[in-house]
Amino acid sequence: MLSKKDLLGLYDCSPAEICEILDEADNMRAFLSGKIKKSDLLAGKSLITLFYENSTRTRTSFELAGKYLGANEVNISVAASSVQKGETLIDTGKTLDAMKIDFIAIRHPMAGAPALLAKNVKASVLNGGDGMNEHPTQALLDMLTLRRKFGKIAGLKVAILGDIKHSRVAKSNLFGLKKLGAEVVMYSPQTLMPKAIERFGAKIAKSREEAIDGADAVMGLRIQLERQHGGLFPSLSEYSKFYGVNDGLLKYAKRDAVILHPGPVNRGVELTPSLIDGKSSEITEQVTCGLAVRMALLKLLAEYRENNL
Amino acid sequence: MKLLIKNGTLVLGDCVKKADLLIENGKIAKIADKIDEACKIYDASGKHVFAGFIDLHVHLREPGFEGKEDIESGSKAAVAGGFTQVCCMPNTNPVCDNAVVTSYIKYRQQQVNLCKINPIGAITRGQEGKAMADIGKMKQAGVVALSDDGKSVADSNVMRLAMEYADDFGLKCLCHCEDINLVDGGVVNEGCNSTLTGLKGSLRAAEDIMIARDIALSESLDIPVHICHVSSYSGVEIIRSAKKRGVKVTAETCPHYFILTDDIITSFDTNSKVNPPVREDRDRKAIIEGLKDGTLDCIVTDHAPHALKDKQVEYNLAAFGISGIETSFALSYTYLVKTGLLTLSQLSRLMSYNPAKIVNLEGGSLKEGEVADITVADLDAKYVINSDKFLSKGKNTPFNGFEVYGKPVCTIVDGQIKFGK
Repeated sequence: MLSKKDLLGLYDCSPAEICEILDEADNMRAFLSGKIKKSDLLAGKSLITLFYENSTRTRTSFELAGKYLGANEVNISVAASSVQKGETLIDTGKTLDAMKIDFIAIRHPMAGAPALLAKNVKASVLNGGDGMNEHPTQALLDMLTLRRKFGKIAGLKVAILGDIKHSRVAKSNLFGLKKLGAEVVMYSPQTLMPKAIERFGAKIAKSREEAIDGADAVMGLRIQLERQHGGLFPSLSEYSKFYGVNDGLLKYAKRDAVILHPGPVNRGVELTPSLIDGKSSEITEQVTCGLAVRMALLKLLAEYRENNL
Repeated sequence: MKLLIKNGTLVLGDCVKKADLLIENGKIAKIADKIDEACKIYDASGKHVFAGFIDLHVHLREPGFEGKEDIESGSKAAVAGGFTQVCCMPNTNPVCDNAVVTSYIKYRQQQVNLCKINPIGAITRGQEGKAMADIGKMKQAGVVALSDDGKSVADSNVMRLAMEYADDFGLKCLCHCEDINLVDGGVVNEGCNSTLTGLKGSLRAAEDIMIARDIALSESLDIPVHICHVSSYSGVEIIRSAKKRGVKVTAETCPHYFILTDDIITSFDTNSKVNPPVREDRDRKAIIEGLKDGTLDCIVTDHAPHALKDKQVEYNLAAFGISGIETSFALSYTYLVKTGLLTLSQLSRLMSYNPAKIVNLEGGSLKEGEVADITVADLDAKYVINSDKFLSKGKNTPFNGFEVYGKPVCTIVDGQIKFGK
């Protein structure tokens, strides 16, 4: 049983809660392989996706998760530019509450926005990514992918390379993977590495080779073009030369190591195309697992609501 | 007009002693072990009598931001906090960069007539960091110092020229120290907790660089300078070493910097959002050391009241600042004196004598002939801070629920009781 109304991040989840979510997601993953992808588990419930940032896969994934389980589903897009001018987040939340929404999946450019919303609504809030804070469903889907591939998380070595400083994905993965006993090694230029990340259990490698050495999984993180304009590194070509992951580097990893990427990928920047499309790549399986994880969360949060609210 | 404060314990600059104090015509007429006089008597039995507290750094928000605070509500809050004098920062709308706004604030002070209000003028026009404000005219109208508080004068040459020009008028620059390029949109201290929350961090260096620059200007020009709201351990060290060399620098800090650490940001409570940001435990400890050894000269509140709507938003969008004028004395007493870190006399110097000296104000000490600005406090009063009870319009404080000791019970300005009875 989840012991919370909302899923805001993995920092606040216990290992048991994470395992419970992954167990349920495993069932959902099997359901998704079936012929008829329709259940009435969430019949009469409603889900809204409230996205203040662009997203294709996360949003679609939340929407389909709701639909496959029989919930009513609507979506609201809010231009990021209107965040400062329009209705306040608290007022938006109160409006959605008044419409008797059960679940709000929110993505927001500012850290802490889902927590602020959660505090002010009766609906269950699912964090679909908030600023540089957390992206818990992405980390859970990465963990589900790894668990299905290796049968466990404990003892795995996961190398994360790329823009770690601005990555909520890296942080949620760090929190979640550490809780289940994995080793997390990170590598990036110092300009893209957040302060004191090692205090949360990350190992910081001194080279790509060291990061990938003996790894069970290699995760590339998206480099956003605007970071280059912000002066964080000289050029994409320089970045990919010194910090990208290519086939040659993969030989340092374990023989059966997998390639992960939260997408969307810049082909040839953080990962070479041959890695993205190669046999080690689990990138498309990640997408399916993402759907399973979100279905599992809706089910578990619905049960919590049934029993506690 | 006489008022006799009897049976109180006087907190003097070098000692604490039981004595009576007679006020006559707005001045302290006599201090003696026992005074008997047929006049109005204030019985201060069991209470402590301080030179009235002086706050060098408040935001009264008027004119322009009366939704956050105005001169009346701010004055009520000030005297309730034991303050007999405050100096108000010029980041109003319009900015206090000219004699008209200065005169308006003085006029409003006379209307409200609670604490003394000393306007601080802007260093540059519109606080834009480019052209000098009307420094001479503002001096004539009554400003006691200059500051572009809220930001630094980024251009070092503009700052140099303003310091020189202001010095001719006997005005000191109070420097808000922040390298805005290095801050780069940061809203909290950069460290473990900015990484944990994903809130954008700002390095100590962003503050330290400007502290060092303004000290360098002061040293090169031999013109005194005052550093506002020091929050970093490294900033304390820069000031300490400058003082050792004889640089004419003074500095202030606020209760939140010697009580809180950035652990409070992890709940995303926007009442923890303040500029400069609260930092880590080593900073907190260094601020206390700085207060103990005289590196930091005074405690100010940086009273920054905001309306609820300015804080009930996403952390990034929330306004910076803490409504602090009604909690400053109790927090300082509880966390510095009650803990044995400072004596009552030291606290009195930090809250009264030194601030008066820094910008040349009357008051600041209990001695015969001095103006009768006096605060009586009950040090045994124990209570829980509750901002719903603030007289300030700003209820924004991270100290709600803190249990403190020490309540100002009577605030006397120019011999007149302005708060308490």
